Parts: sequence; C-alpha cells; structure tokens
Amino acid sequence: MQRFSCPFCGPRDETEFFYGGEAGNERPEPAENISPVRWAQYLHMEKNEKGRAREIWVHLTCGEFFVMERDTVTHEIFKTEAFHGERT
Amino acid sequence: MPSTYSAFQLFKEGLKGHTGWAPAWQDADPKPSYDALVIGGGGHGLATAYYLARNHGLKRVGLVEKGWIGGGNTGRNTTVIRSNYFYPESVALYDFALKLYEGLSRELNYNIMFSQRGIAVVAHSELEMEMAARITNAMQINGTDAELLNRKQVLERAPLLNQNDDARFPIFGGIWQGRAGVARHDAVAWGYARAADKLGVDIIQNCEVTGFLVENGRCSGVETTRGEIRAGTTGMAVAGNSSVLSAMAGFELPVRSFALQAMVTEPVKPCLDTVLLYMGTGTYLSQSDKGELVIGGGLDRIPSYGQRGNPPLQEEILSGLLEMFPAFGQLKLLRQWAGIVDVVPDSSPVIGPTPLPGLYINGGWGTGGFKAIPAGGWLLAHLMANEEHHEISRPFDLDRFARGRLIDEAAGAAIAH
Ligand SMILES: Cc1cc2nc3c(=O)[nH]c(=O)nc-3n(C[C@H](O)[C@H](O)[C@H](O)COP(=O)(O)OP(=O)(O)OC[C@H]3O[C@@H](n4cnc5c(N)ncnc54)[C@H](O)[C@@H]3O)c2cc1C
Ligand SMILES: [Zn+2]
Repeated sequence: MQRFSCPFCGPRDETEFFYGGEAGNERPEPAENISPVRWAQYLHMEKNEKGRAREIWVHLTCGEFFVMERDTVTHEIFKTEAFHGERT
Repeated sequence: MPSTYSAFQLFKEGLKGHTGWAPAWQDADPKPSYDALVIGGGGHGLATAYYLARNHGLKRVGLVEKGWIGGGNTGRNTTVIRSNYFYPESVALYDFALKLYEGLSRELNYNIMFSQRGIAVVAHSELEMEMAARITNAMQINGTDAELLNRKQVLERAPLLNQNDDARFPIFGGIWQGRAGVARHDAVAWGYARAADKLGVDIIQNCEVTGFLVENGRCSGVETTRGEIRAGTTGMAVAGNSSVLSAMAGFELPVRSFALQAMVTEPVKPCLDTVLLYMGTGTYLSQSDKGELVIGGGLDRIPSYGQRGNPPLQEEILSGLLEMFPAFGQLKLLRQWAGIVDVVPDSSPVIGPTPLPGLYINGGWGTGGFKAIPAGGWLLAHLMANEEHHEISRPFDLDRFARGRLIDEAAGAAIAH
C-alpha cells in the first residue's frame, strides 16, 4: 500500500485518493468558437507522460482537489500542493 | 528453414532425442530499408507482419521489438478469447478475430491450444438478469452465439461456485458464450513469428524505436537504438507505450496507461472447465492445462508505467475470488504480475491512420486485446498495404472522438474487458 500526502490531511493510504486527470488541461473558451477537433482534444487526448507527471487528484475523504507531481514509472512522489486552478 | 510440424515429425525427432529441431524463427539484424515496417513484437505486431506478407504479398517486411517478442502484454495476459460485446461494430471486430482463432493452429501450423470451453458471465439480481438478457439479445442480433442461463445452468457448469443463501453476490443466472475460450498466449506470438519468418519477414529484437523520420510531412521510417530504418509504410502496435511513440511523432492519443494484474495459484486437479466472470466482483478465472487457476480482475487505480501490480487491487480481486469459490481459500498463490495496458475512454481500440501521414496505429486495446490479435493484425496490415480502411476497422478510426461516434463498450456490455 502506497501513501499519498493530502496537502490538507497529511499522509493517507492510496485507496483514499482518486485520479482526476492531467494538470493544465484548461477548458477552451468561448464554446461557440471551439472546433470539434479542439473539443475532442480537451475531452479525450492525453499526454500520458512516462516519467515525471503533473496530475490533479482528489482526496475522497476530505473532498479536496490538489496537484501531485510523481513519477509514473517508479511511483515516487515529488510533491503535492493545494490546487488553485492553473494556466499553462 | 524450419520444417512443417506434424505428429510424424514429432515421432521422428523423438527417436533422435529431439536434437534436430531448427529454430522456429531467425533473430534478424535490421536492414537499411523495408517496404513495410511494424513497431512492436506483441501479438498484434507479429500478426500484422504475417498478414502483410500472407494477404498482401509484401516481400520486404520488417518488425522491430525493443525487448523480446511476446514480452509485453501478449505474454502477460489471462488469455480469454470471446466476442460477447454489445455494439455491432465491436461484434464484427471481435467475432472476426474469434473466427480466425478457430482456424489459427492449422493456418500457422503451430498449436496455439485454443480451447473453446465457453464463458459464463454471472448475474446476481433480477435487474442484472435484465441486463444479461439485453446483452444476450444484442449478441444474437449481431450474429454471434449467446445464451441466457438460469441459476441451475450456471451451477451445472461450475458446481464449486458459492451456493450459499446468504452469499453477498447470489447467483441468478448469466450470459453464456460457448465458442469463447482460452489459448496459449506465447504460442500465439511464437506461431505468428514462425509463420511470418517463413514468408521472409525480418523479426528484429532488442531494437527500440526512439524517433520517427519525417520527409515532406510524411513518415519515412524510424530511428532506433540500432540505427535508422527507412520504410514505405509504418505501423505501430505498442499497447501501453502508444503515447510514448505518439509523442515522438508529434501527436496525442486518447490513451491512459494503467497496470493490469493477474495471478496464478498452485496447480490442482481439474476443477473448473469453463471461464467464469462475476458481474458483482469483476473477478474472473479459468484453469490452465497445468492445473493452475489463472485469476484476473479490474485495472489498478493509479495511472502507471511500472510493470507491476499494486496490493489494493490484488486484495479486491482475491476477495472477489473467495466470494465466488470459498473452497479456493485453501490455495496458495504462486505468481503475480502486471502488464501496462492502453485504456481509451470508450474501451474500444484505435485502428487507423494517425495525424502523421504514412504512420498507422493499432492500439488502445486496454484490458482486452489478446482476443483480437488475428483481427488487429489483419486490419493493420490492410491499412498499411492499401492506405485505406477495411470496413471492419473504419468505425475504430481516431476521428470518432471529434465526430462524437464513440463505441462505448464499457457502458454497453457491463462486463470487464
Ligand atoms: C494481466 C493482463 C490480463 C489480460 N487478460 C486478457 C484476456 O483475458 N483477454 C484478452 O483478450 N486480453 C487480455 N489482456 C490484454 C491483452 O494482453 C493486450 O490487449 C494485448 O496483448 C495487446 O497486444 P499488443 O501486441 O498490442 O501489445 P504487447 O503484447 O504489449 O506488445 C507491444 C510490444 O511493443 C514493444 N514496444 C514498446 N515500445 C517500443 C518501442 N519504442 N520500440 C520497439 N518496440 C516497442 C513492447 O516491448 C511490446 O513487446 C490482458 C492484459 C493484461 C496485462
Ligand atoms: Zn485530505
């Protein structure tokens, strides 16, 4: 069992967390100017990084969303921080 | 030149102490160029190389594999072959594969040990029985074999199942597909490799693709750890590494990589002669010819490229197993492992051209692409040779995401893949 650190609650079992998606995937606006291809990209396309990745997670127990940076091969965690919404 | 395998050949070799067998395929060195180049030496890549030579008569076909052939998911899966899907597009694809599997040992002159022992997907309530009836009807309309079982019929097929009145997941009945079964996974890889080699395909191991050659906006080959290889047409079938390759080619895929794990118990006498899946637990199993119970379940919860499974899901799968077969609580686990699978939002594969002209993809099989190997190879070969879709692969094009024409099997079939 791995432990992730919720920025609000501290270290907890991995089963308390849920993966929410890649960080920095901003919803394109305004909707009426967005092509189906761009919309599909926003909804479905992934970087699916092998190695260091920046991801949104939710701690199901407290309900907070946060950003986690980790290695998707070794599962090493570099940092977790509160999620303030971000632009890339 | 490897000989044709036969009972007579086996007998003759037996008399000579099995000293005369030739290697089943040659470990080739890369040539500077090929007419068609396949990336990935799993079942899909090997089948693609075979059908490029067999169906399209291509003489200069190469296949590059970064490790050894069959070392990816093809050699790590639980070998269930079935076509019990919901949508017509899916049944057309998976039933095509199943039909090819039915003739494959003969076609390849290699015993893939395909055992059509049937699969039962067990339902646990009146409501789930309605789902089961819906899927059974859809399968029949789509032209594949399917039968709705009642409780008694399920128990006839698997008497060791948990029959307690207070079972957490009581048995109400299920979906039966009699033509489904299991095969020897390594044999599928090796059989295609041997048959492709016989038709002149170069199988190049320990050769990792590290980049694409692009000329005038078109893919003209690959860079590898063993030098540049040029190609008229290129196809990729690299499963969990699809996004790594697509990033090299400059585009993104609707793919997320996860570990999917499996495990086997110590071998026991024959006690289960079908494949069983519980809708309630998501755990499924079959018994191998050696007597081991081969057990699988859902995806790990964390996106991953680490080729190993995590304990939380292992626990979930095993608690599911004990609910299904309390008697199996006495068995010891022998091995546990995982493969990295390429999961797509609608649980259907991606087969077609990529945004880089001259490069074609077969991927996104997620948790269920072993059963599709003959069809996946056939269709990717068709695309590479003709530069256009086969009618069966058309709905699985990448363009379905922008067109909104998803083939959402996860929701449709209500079964693990
Ligand atoms: C535990 C488990 C259980 C499963 N159970 C079932 C089941 O019961 N039924 C079913 O139908 N399916 C099942 N599957 C899914 C099935 O195994 C896969 O969908 C299928 O094997 C994919 O085949 P493939 O040829 O596309 O991929 P793979 O067999 O993974 O082959 C891809 C190959 O590409 C190579 N490669 C990657 N990157 C590069 C590169 N840069 N250069 C060169 N080569 C590269 C890899 O080394 C690998 O050998 C299961 C999978 C797992 C992990
Ligand atoms: Zn928390």
